[in-house]
Amino acid sequence: MPELLATPPAAAIDHHVEVRGLATVLGGKTIFDGVDIDIPRGQVTAIMGPSGCGKTTLLRHLTGQRRPDAGSIRVDGHEVPRLSRQALFELREKIGYLFQNSALLTDFSVFENVAFPLRQHLRLPEALVRNIVLTKLQAVGLRGAAALMPDELSGGMARRVALARAIIRDPALILYDEPFVGLDPVALNQIVKLIRTLKNTLGLTSILVAHEFSAVSRVADHVYLLAGGKIVAHGTPAELARGDSPWTRQFFGGEADGPVPFHYPARDYAADLGFPVAGRP
Amino acid sequence: MSGARRSSVAGDALAQIGACGLFLLQILAAVPGSLRHFRETVRQVWFVGAMSLVIIMTCGLFVGMVLGLQLYYVLSIFGGTAALGTVVSLSLYRELGPVVTALLFAGRAGTSMTAEIGLMRATDQLSAMEMMAVDPLAYVVAPRFLAGLVALPLLTCVFNALGIFGAHLVGVSWLGLDNGMFWSNMTASVDVWKDVINGVWKSVAFGGVVALIAVFQGYTAPPTSEGVAYATTRTVVSSSIVVLALDFVMTAFLM
Repeated sequence: MPELLATPPAAAIDHHVEVRGLATVLGGKTIFDGVDIDIPRGQVTAIMGPSGCGKTTLLRHLTGQRRPDAGSIRVDGHEVPRLSRQALFELREKIGYLFQNSALLTDFSVFENVAFPLRQHLRLPEALVRNIVLTKLQAVGLRGAAALMPDELSGGMARRVALARAIIRDPALILYDEPFVGLDPVALNQIVKLIRTLKNTLGLTSILVAHEFSAVSRVADHVYLLAGGKIVAHGTPAELARGDSPWTRQFFGGEADGPVPFHYPARDYAADLGFPVAGRP
Repeated sequence: MSGARRSSVAGDALAQIGACGLFLLQILAAVPGSLRHFRETVRQVWFVGAMSLVIIMTCGLFVGMVLGLQLYYVLSIFGGTAALGTVVSLSLYRELGPVVTALLFAGRAGTSMTAEIGLMRATDQLSAMEMMAVDPLAYVVAPRFLAGLVALPLLTCVFNALGIFGAHLVGVSWLGLDNGMFWSNMTASVDVWKDVINGVWKSVAFGGVVALIAVFQGYTAPPTSEGVAYATTRTVVSSSIVVLALDFVMTAFLM
C-alpha cells in the first residue's frame, strides 16, 4: 500500500507559528518585504541576521507588540494583528518571552519577579506559589539566589531569572531575544543547556533570535537567515553551514564584507576628504 | 522667532495637551482593572504621600512663620494684629496651602513618578509586563494617578496645620499676641465649606493634574537617559504652570 508511505502534504505539518507576506516599514526604512516563516511545533527555530535587520521587530510582531504594515501572522491559529487587546493578553499568557536585557522588575526580589505572573493571574495558596517558584529557580540553578535583588545579579544570572519567569506558567511557545549577547562562555553554555533542556523535557516551541552561529547550531533544529528585509536562506544549521550563497558565506564564514556591506552608505570618499574627483571641476 | 517656528511650538504644545487628555481617558478606563492591584495603589499612596511628609511639614512650618511675621508687621500699621490668625488661616486654606503643596508635590513626588516610569520603559519593564499579560496602565500608571489624587489633599491638610502652627509660634509665642484672640478670631471667620472645603477641592484637582502630567511624561519619555531627564524637567515646569493657571480659574469659580 504505497499510499500509506507517502509523505504527508505540507499543510498537515503542525506549525505553531505561520508568517506570510510580512511587510513593515519603520521610519522610512523597509524592515520586512514579503517575509514567510513557518515555526514547527515543539522544535527550536533560530532567526539569524545582521544587526538591525529586524529580528527583534519580528518577535514584537509575533507577540502583537507592534502591528505590521501588511501580511498575516498566525500564532496557534490566531491572527495576531487582528486580535483585540483582551484576546492578545489571553494569547500572551501562553507565551514566554525572554528579553535581551532580562527586563526584571527592579523593585522586586528574584523570588517575587518569578512569582509575578502567578500572582497577577492566579489566586494560588502561598505555599503552592513558593513551591512552583522554587522549582523553576532550581531548574535554572538559582534557587539559592531567591532573596537577591536584580541589581545584585550578574548578566548571566539575570537572564536565567528572566528565563525562570518566562516559563513559570508552562507556556507552549517561548521566544528568546538575543539570549547569548554579552555572556561569558560559562554563562553562555548554561543558557544553551537550558534552552535544550526546556525543548527536550517540556516540548516547548522555541523561537531564538541570535547572532552566534556556534551556539545556535548546538540548539536549533531550523535556522532562517534574514537580511535586507527578506529570508535569504533557510535550513538546518548543518545545511546553512555548507551553503554556498554569498549570504551564508558571509554570515557563517565570518567575512567582514559581502552582501552585508562593511561601509555604511556614504558619499564619495575622495570628495569627502576634499580631493578633486574625476569629471568634476 | 519666525512665524512658522512659533506655530510649530504652539502646535506641539496643543498636541501634547491633546495626547495628555487622551492618556487621561486611557487611565480612567484602566482604573477598574487597577482595583485588582489595590495593594499597589496603597503602596503608591505611602510612597508619594508619607514619604513627602518631611518636606511638606518643614515647608508648611516656615511658610506659616513667614506669614506670621509679614502679616503682623502689616497689620500692626493699622492696629489690627488681632486678625493675624484669621488672615493667616484664610490665606493658607484658600490659596497657599493647596498651591504651595502642589508645587512641592510636583518637585518631590511628580519627578520621581516620571523618572521611575521612564526608566521602567527604558529597561523594558513595561514591555515585560505587557508580555506577561499585565496591563502597565492598570498596574503602574493608574495606581500612581490615584495616589496623587488621594495624597495631595491629605498633604495639603498637613501643610495648613503646620502653617497655622508656625504663625502661632511667631505671633503668640514670640511677638506676644493673645492666644485666645488668635484662635477665637480664626474660628469665627473661617467657614468650613467656603474656605476649608473649597481648598480641599482645589488640592484634589491639583493632585489629579500633577499626577497626570507626571505619569504622562514618564510613560511617553524617549527610552534614553536624556529623554528621561527631559521628561522629568517637563513634569516640574508643566505642573507648575498648569497648577497656577488652574488655581486662577478655580478661584474665579469658587469665590
